[in-house]
Amino acid sequence: MFHISETAIDTAALARELAQARAGACVTFEGWVRDHNESRSVVRLEYQSYASLAQVEGQRILAEACSKFAILGARCVHRVGTLEVGELAVWVGVSAAHRGAAFDACRYIIDEVKKRVPIWKNEHYAGGESGWLHP
Amino acid sequence: MSYRVLYFAALRDRANTDAESMDSQATDARGLYAELRARHGFTMGEDRLRVAINGEFVGWEHALRDGDEIVFIPPVSGG
Repeated sequence: MFHISETAIDTAALARELAQARAGACVTFEGWVRDHNESRSVVRLEYQSYASLAQVEGQRILAEACSKFAILGARCVHRVGTLEVGELAVWVGVSAAHRGAAFDACRYIIDEVKKRVPIWKNEHYAGGESGWLHP
Repeated sequence: MSYRVLYFAALRDRANTDAESMDSQATDARGLYAELRARHGFTMGEDRLRVAINGEFVGWEHALRDGDEIVFIPPVSGG
């Protein structure tokens, strides 16, 4: 399940949802707000999303991961709104019988989310300037 | 025909609104974006954008229907 969240992500609850007797591996990825980007000092990020399409596209990515890799479960939650340095911006978790598929699927999900899901970050810099990232 | 256009990120800042309802003679997404570019002075070209209509990605030639919700999607930067 994919979700856009306006509040802090409960990672412990998400990890519990992935637990099952057949699972021998759980791989998680946490994307954190970093204090710099391309040599500029970043003080906070503001994430915006086109929530309805982000939900559909995020769910599609998780379904792709389930068909490409031998995994048992996958979850991803992405924050929107204003986030301070150090806060959790995105969480991905995958469970599988074996670690190889779990690592591969987790990597696939975060890479595709970053490429495809309509979410944008506005970097606020020390000094008061800000700018949307449209790579 | 009457359309609802939503704006995000740099396009939202440039248009100075998150959404607008408009009447237009445009019959596809390409024509509508050309009209909005002239109106708001968007600098981003079609090659940088994707199009979504009523919450699904579509091509630039997708025919518009009265009442459609249209979003021009700038390069994304989640994560």
